[in-house]
Amino acid sequence: MRNLDPLRVHEDSVLDLQGVAVHLGGRAVLQGIDLSLRPGEFVGVIGPNGAGKTTLLKIILGLLRPDEGTVLVAGRDVRAARSLVGYVPQSFAPDPDLPLRARDLVALGLDGARWGFSLGGQRRRAKVEEALGWVDALRYADQPVGRLSGGELQRLLVAQALISDPRIVLLDEPLANLDLRSQGDVVALVGRVAHERGVTVVLVTHDMNPLLSVMDRILYLARGQAALGTVDEVVRGDVLTQLYGHHVDVVRVHGRILVVGGADAESLTCNTCDS
Amino acid sequence: MPGFIESLLAAPAVAPALLIGSLVAVTSGVVGVFVVLRGQSFAGHALGDIGTTGAAAAYLGGLPALYGFVGVGVLGGLAIEGLGERARERDVATGIVLSLMLGVGALLLYFMTQRTDATGGPVAILFGSIFTVDPSIALPVALFSLLALLLLGFLYRPLVFASVNPQAAQAKGVPLQGVGLLFMLALAIAVEESALVAGALLSTALLIGPAAAAVRWTRQIGAAAALSALLGLLAVSVGIALAYQSYFWPPGHRGWPVSFFIVLLVLTEYLLARLLPARAARRPLPRRKEAA
Repeated sequence: MRNLDPLRVHEDSVLDLQGVAVHLGGRAVLQGIDLSLRPGEFVGVIGPNGAGKTTLLKIILGLLRPDEGTVLVAGRDVRAARSLVGYVPQSFAPDPDLPLRARDLVALGLDGARWGFSLGGQRRRAKVEEALGWVDALRYADQPVGRLSGGELQRLLVAQALISDPRIVLLDEPLANLDLRSQGDVVALVGRVAHERGVTVVLVTHDMNPLLSVMDRILYLARGQAALGTVDEVVRGDVLTQLYGHHVDVVRVHGRILVVGGADAESLTCNTCDS
Repeated sequence: MPGFIESLLAAPAVAPALLIGSLVAVTSGVVGVFVVLRGQSFAGHALGDIGTTGAAAAYLGGLPALYGFVGVGVLGGLAIEGLGERARERDVATGIVLSLMLGVGALLLYFMTQRTDATGGPVAILFGSIFTVDPSIALPVALFSLLALLLLGFLYRPLVFASVNPQAAQAKGVPLQGVGLLFMLALAIAVEESALVAGALLSTALLIGPAAAAVRWTRQIGAAAALSALLGLLAVSVGIALAYQSYFWPPGHRGWPVSFFIVLLVLTEYLLARLLPARAARRPLPRRKEAA
């Protein structure tokens, strides 16, 4: 049973945001964000363009200081906890001639920020091999990355993010530019690996549907504000109407969820549609 | 053939030319791989061009051209990197620094042509003059090369990370701007050294050509750097031999420019790399046994 004493919960949580606000150019990009994520939890971050998704990731990565509020990773200041956060950036399209093997790309996540050459060594090699195994990429470990498919590259980036044994891994739109089948594969893989390793996953996407089967909670962002809870708690007409500030309908069709904005064409939002 | 090589090495200007040319070829070859990875060919070319300004100033001040090349190249490199943070800005910054420095360079070259003792000077700066370089310059060239290679060795992993996957590198704490600036320093040294051999206008050839061929033939950055250095060495040494031989050729029996041969050889290497699929095409590998 989960201990509900507030202090204990706080100690347990992997990521804690309290009253976080960010203003850019006089506009509130994020405001009043409170959230606390548990170990091993899979959280999908959904929201329209400009809702503050990228800003939220930058804050958790320690690349941006919030104007108000505190951000703690495993109870520590984010900048002291960099090694505890894994990151899979949005775009990665290597040149076809890039002389870098799949295993070299993964190894960068282990010691790519250290100066000088790697002295190699059995342990480093074994660690890279292990990480390639987590994402089932051993088959193409020695292939140059420029010749791999989008789905294969995405697996390598997940291994690169996980190889340093982080407590939390952030994925920025990992499903963009993938076909439906690869999307399902990546989601299932991230869910499985994170679950096995007890790593908290924060996955940003514009379509929640591929995540429905693996997601523990959803963080819905709109107008710089957030709603966090299970899909049933958050993805409801009344909750999202309040979040968006105008009428929103939630429609369920064949196990898929569509969020549809009001009749006002300007505010029409459809989070399953590619923009 | 052995007779030719013997007479080649016995010629007084050839041995220093080969020594300096080799140092330059290795440095340019190794640095060039990262230039190709980072898509900084334009910056590399611009640094070569603005080096003319420094070399002309050094000449007018009675200093060896090398110091003018390297001094102005380093300043120009830092200006390019400092002015432009994003790729697009850097492109514009490169263009602005390039035109400003070339304007000053045009004036200095004009002053040079006004001096009767400097008839070959501007041509030597623009197109290279490896046979007329003072052999004592070999030591500073070696020291500059060592500095550039040590810098690359120090930067190696963060530089690869920042070049290949900058966003992930930044999240892991790689200081992208600092790495970019230090790399610019190594780049400036490599370009300006090769300007001494191939000339300011053609120094990019030694920087980009062998590296562009090497990345197509290898699948690891270390291997690409080694192969690129070898291809550069080959082009420079064969180029010097051909240039020496060309003293017996028409029209003037005064020798064809070394840079012509070097560029021709580099181009041949690059074309071969484009035409031959030398790196093993992708093939399904046998499934490795799962980790125990």
